[in-house]
Amino acid sequence: MMTLQEIQVGDSLEDIQLEPVDRITLIKYAGASGDFNPIHTIDEEAKKAGLPGIIAHGMWTMGNLSKLFTPYYEEGFIQDYQIRFRGMVFLNDQITLKAELKEKEANKLSFLVKAINQKGADVINGEVVYKKYED
Amino acid sequence: MFKHLIGKQSAKVKNSVERGAVKKFAESIGDLHPIYLDEETGRNSRYKGNIAPPTFPRVFDYGTIEDLNLPNKGLIHGEQTFHYERPLLVGEDIYCYSEVKNYFEKKGTMGEMGFLVLESFGEDTSGQIVFSSKSTVIISEAVRKVLVP
Repeated sequence: MMTLQEIQVGDSLEDIQLEPVDRITLIKYAGASGDFNPIHTIDEEAKKAGLPGIIAHGMWTMGNLSKLFTPYYEEGFIQDYQIRFRGMVFLNDQITLKAELKEKEANKLSFLVKAINQKGADVINGEVVYKKYED
Repeated sequence: MFKHLIGKQSAKVKNSVERGAVKKFAESIGDLHPIYLDEETGRNSRYKGNIAPPTFPRVFDYGTIEDLNLPNKGLIHGEQTFHYERPLLVGEDIYCYSEVKNYFEKKGTMGEMGFLVLESFGEDTSGQIVFSSKSTVIISEAVRKVLVP
């Protein structure tokens, strides 16, 4: 694993490929987060809302995406995390998490981040500003 | 229809960054890193304890903003931001509240859409802000019609 000391503009953190999305994962997120909107867990409710099936919580995908940065906890922390929800995540979708360094200042690293599905479409995208500790 | 609520805040609610809740949350996003879960890793880190994942504030109770009656169905989460002064520490108490930051309507593909911007804050026991977050919630015309009394 490279450290964030070495990273250069244009470099990417190592992608993470998630397991295909399954229902129990979304039920667990509902329980852990307290977001029990039934379009994320119950087929009939998703259909009533005009969806072809249940969809993942946007915040589940955003929560997953941040784990690209977790291994660097001794070097700094996520100061700003900004996400737009671009597309829906359905059951069995295969999501890949990505981060590319866009800008490097003294102690701030700005990454373009996104989660894409198996068709290569962004489901969420945005920016992470990682603040590095100076000592 | 929510314009008159701009500037309204909820009263602060005391929340605790509970070890068990952090563990469950980390599991649910598949981020089982020892810095969130393992006490020894926490003790040996610069934080001298465990921390919580950056989207953990989704768990907190932010209190109720008077007259803001949002349905629990039919809302679309458009955007989300978090800003941190430092990571959240497992075991600490955080005082949370929300404010209606903005509301506007815009013509979109699904008719006239309402955009509600809620800003939330978490302060530590000394009153220092640890994080703030902004959620943009999109309310479709169909849902707004149901809400109008």
